[in-house]
Amino acid sequence: MRLNDIEQAMLAGELGTPRKWAIQQQMRVGRFFDAEDFVPVAQVHLMADAESLGEAGVEFIERIAKARPEHRRVRVPTITDPRGIDFDAYRRLGQTEKMAELERRAIAAFRAMDFLLTDTCINYQTVMPPILGEHLAFGDTGSTIYANSVLGARSNFEGGPAALAASLTGRVPRYGYHLQQNRKATRVFILKDRPRDLSAWGALGGVIGKRLQSYWEVPAILGVDGAPTSDELKHFGAALASFGTVALFHMVGVTPEAPDLPAILSAGAGPPEPVGASDLEAFYRSYGGAGDKLDVVVFAAPQLSLIELQTLAGLLDGRAVHPQTAMLVATSPEVKSAADRLGLTRRIERAGAIVLKGVCFYQMHAREIGEAMGWKRLMSNSAKLVNIIGGYGYTPSLATMEQCVAAAVAGRVPGEAA
Amino acid sequence: MADERIIRAHAGIGPRVTGLALVADDYFSARYDLDRIAGVFSRPQHKLHGQSYVGKVLVLRGAKGGVATAWMLRNMAAEGKAPLALLLNIANPIMVQGAAFADLPFMDRFEVDITAAIRSGETVTVDPENGRVIVH
Repeated sequence: MRLNDIEQAMLAGELGTPRKWAIQQQMRVGRFFDAEDFVPVAQVHLMADAESLGEAGVEFIERIAKARPEHRRVRVPTITDPRGIDFDAYRRLGQTEKMAELERRAIAAFRAMDFLLTDTCINYQTVMPPILGEHLAFGDTGSTIYANSVLGARSNFEGGPAALAASLTGRVPRYGYHLQQNRKATRVFILKDRPRDLSAWGALGGVIGKRLQSYWEVPAILGVDGAPTSDELKHFGAALASFGTVALFHMVGVTPEAPDLPAILSAGAGPPEPVGASDLEAFYRSYGGAGDKLDVVVFAAPQLSLIELQTLAGLLDGRAVHPQTAMLVATSPEVKSAADRLGLTRRIERAGAIVLKGVCFYQMHAREIGEAMGWKRLMSNSAKLVNIIGGYGYTPSLATMEQCVAAAVAGRVPGEAA
Repeated sequence: MADERIIRAHAGIGPRVTGLALVADDYFSARYDLDRIAGVFSRPQHKLHGQSYVGKVLVLRGAKGGVATAWMLRNMAAEGKAPLALLLNIANPIMVQGAAFADLPFMDRFEVDITAAIRSGETVTVDPENGRVIVH
């Protein structure tokens, strides 16, 4: 890879050991993907919950945090993805002091590096929305695909150590979605029936994501009549990235790089593949659970916007969650503050739910929570969450927010047992 | 040895290792698919569900899921719950970033479908620097 003067200095260790490690890590990845050089980034978004970090990861960042201030501080604004502990709620969820302590150590280390602990995966809605053409190092699949697709910014998936390295160097290897030639659509899907709620937009992302084979595929969606909302595109993108591991989509007539199909179509793309209501129905049916006792309803993944919280509060007004069912709601610390101020938290918690801040359910040692609380049957309106949570020992069901609330009140997954 | 087969690929990362292969025509995510405490595939739908991946040369079609694998591989290695190496037909950046952080041998872009070219239980040498896998 070609290095400029500052990159050479980092590699030589002239700017400290952490930056030397960082650029070496980035060069290994860059060479793997045949990157020719680096590109500066405007901001970094780091996924680093303590469950993912583990003891080894926390010890690693603590070593960086002990370096001299001029060696350990980030070079570009660096914000964080959800953490694994809400310190106001973790005991109620069966999380242990050991988990909390690991999280405290990680937080202390990141503060020493000048991280802004935003603890959110919806930073594109709540912190600083990226700009068309802006190069980024985003470290959550949902935030990356939204920034790339809806806002036209440029980022690869920068997983924890890669985003950490980017924060220390202020740049990333230039490959993948930083390059214009890789942003063309390789597959085309035509929407036959517009999804009617957030869950269905997520299901659409899941249906298309399952048909894609790799990170390097870029789907274009035709037939979307009128712009979806930010929350609809949030659920669509998060599920698409989760099921398909893709980082970019185009929605013709909606997203900024796709005014029409010819503008973004690659030469080898096949004919449009239809996606409709029957595909979504089959997707919902694949999760089942009808008639089962319901242990927990989770609204998360992505964290809820203020508008989603208002909708949920309206659905819960005058109702009570069943005594044998729990309901968890995850949002960002800033949105939680607004929800507190606007009375939404009180309305939601009055019905028996818990509003969590700065966390997301699957990033909270979900296996251990399930074992501690005796939870197995889970229901959510998030296609992304139901995709992930099966590996943590849960049996998930997917439904709309309205259906999830009704099920939480009844204490059962709706429908007749098979 | 006369029976050795050499499979070529793009140069990978990590040290040269030799071990037993565990192969499936399926995808990989440390967060979605594994019980990292027990060291087995835990996702019910995964073709390797219930099988231990610890110390194996894990051979799968590609990457799926989110970003957590980038941190997790290093901690799995520190706790003795990592595969010996990971071979995928097509990588995503997360797998590469995680393998680089963990110093785990990792390769992709083979000349053939790697999940069809190696069988579970075969002994393989993974040689990332030279871009080749030797099946013994």
